[in-house]
Amino acid sequence: MPSLRDIKRKITSIKKTQQITKAMKMVAAAKLRRAQDRVIAARPYSRKMLAVIANLAGRVERAQHPLLAKREPKQVKLLVLTSDRGLCGAYNTNILRKAVETVKEFQAQGKEVKVNVVGRKGRDFFRKRSGYTLGKVWSDLGMIDYEKAADVGKNIVERFAAGETDEVYLLYNEFKSVMQQKVTLEKLLPVEPPMEADPFMAAVDYLYEPSPEVILGSILPKHVEVQVYRAMLESQASEMGAKMTAMDSATRNAKDMIERYTLKYNKQRQAAITKEISEIVGGAEALK
Amino acid sequence: MTEDWKKNMVAEKGKMLLEIVAPSRQVVRSERVDEVIAPGSEGEFGVLPGHTPFLTALKVGMLSYREAAEWHHLAVDWGYAEVGPDRVIILAEGADRAVDIDIAEARQAKERAEKALSEKLEHADYEKNRIELLRAMIRIQVAEKHGQK
Repeated sequence: MPSLRDIKRKITSIKKTQQITKAMKMVAAAKLRRAQDRVIAARPYSRKMLAVIANLAGRVERAQHPLLAKREPKQVKLLVLTSDRGLCGAYNTNILRKAVETVKEFQAQGKEVKVNVVGRKGRDFFRKRSGYTLGKVWSDLGMIDYEKAADVGKNIVERFAAGETDEVYLLYNEFKSVMQQKVTLEKLLPVEPPMEADPFMAAVDYLYEPSPEVILGSILPKHVEVQVYRAMLESQASEMGAKMTAMDSATRNAKDMIERYTLKYNKQRQAAITKEISEIVGGAEALK
Repeated sequence: MTEDWKKNMVAEKGKMLLEIVAPSRQVVRSERVDEVIAPGSEGEFGVLPGHTPFLTALKVGMLSYREAAEWHHLAVDWGYAEVGPDRVIILAEGADRAVDIDIAEARQAKERAEKALSEKLEHADYEKNRIELLRAMIRIQVAEKHGQK
C-alpha cells in the first residue's frame, strides 16, 4: 500500500509531465500551421510544371530523354521520408511498416532494392535490421526549404541517369488533415508525364525557344526536385499533425491519471483520519 | 492535379493574366497586365496581348510588367515562361519583387562574387561565382529601379 506521500509525489510528477506534453502540443500546432501554409504555397508551382511537362512530352519522342526512358526494372530505389524526432504517435511506425512491405514485395518480384532514407527515425530503423541495402541517408534537415529538397532530388536524378537504378519510388506521409495522414507510394522515376494535355494549349502550334527537347531536358530534373520538395513538405506537415494529436491524447491521459490518483489520495486520507479517530475513541474507552 | 489550375484563369478583356510562381510560393498574380518583358534564354522578349503561344526557358535577369501606366520589376533566376494569347505563366526558380530585395545584402553578395572571381578558380567555381555576380547585379538594378520611383 503506497503511503500518502508516495501518492502525492506521483501526482506532482504526472502534473509536470502533463505540462510538457501540453507545451509540445502547442509547439506542434504552431509548426503545423506554418507547414500547412507552405504545402499550400508550393502547390501552384508543381501543378504548373506538370502542365508544362504534359504539353512538352506530347511533342518529344519518349526515349529521347534519359529520365523518361523505361528500362527493365532490376535495380529499384525506395526513398522513405521519416521524421527526425519521435513522440508523434504511429507516424514513423506506419511508414516503416509500409516500407518493409514494399521492399519485400519488390524482392519477391526479383528486383534488387536499395533504400534511401530521410530522417533519423528511418535511418535507425534500417541500420538495426539486416537484409536491407541502405543507401544515402539525409537526416537533421530541420525546416525544409527548396535547396535542401533539391539536394536530395539532384542526388537521385544523378544516380538514375548514371544507370545505377532503373526505377525510383517515393514513400511518404501525405497530409490529409490534422488527424489524418495517409502513407503514399509514388513512382518518381522514370517520369510519367500525364497524357491529357491542357486543351487550350494542345490545340495550337507552339513556338519553342530553344527546342522542345532542350527545354524538356532541363525541366525534367527540376520536376523531380519539386516532387521531392512537395513530398517533404507534406510529410513534415503530417509529422506535426501526428505529433499534435499524440500530445493531445497524452495530455488527456495525464488528466485522467491525476483524477484517479487524487481520488485514491483522498480515500486514503479519509481512511487514515477514521483510523485515528477510532484509535482515540478506543484509547478514551480504555481509560474509563 | 491538372484540373483545378485551369479555373480562374481569365484575364480582363484586352489584358493578360500574369502568374509568377516560385517553388515555395506564388509571387505575382494579376489579371490586368498590358505588357511583359522577360529575360528569355535566347534573348529578352516582350509580350503584348494576343501573342502567339510560346514556351521558353528564362535566364537570370530582370522581368518587368506593366499594369496600365505602372511598371513593376522583379529579379528572376532561371525558369520557364509559357505564353498564350491572354496569359503569361512564369515558373521561376527564384523570384523577388523589388520591394522584397535587400539592396545592402545584394551589394555584399556582389562584392563577394567579384572578389572570388579575381582569384584563380576551377571552371565549376568560376561559373558558380559568375552566376552569383550576375544575380547580385540584377538584384541591385531591380532595387534601384524601385527606389527611383
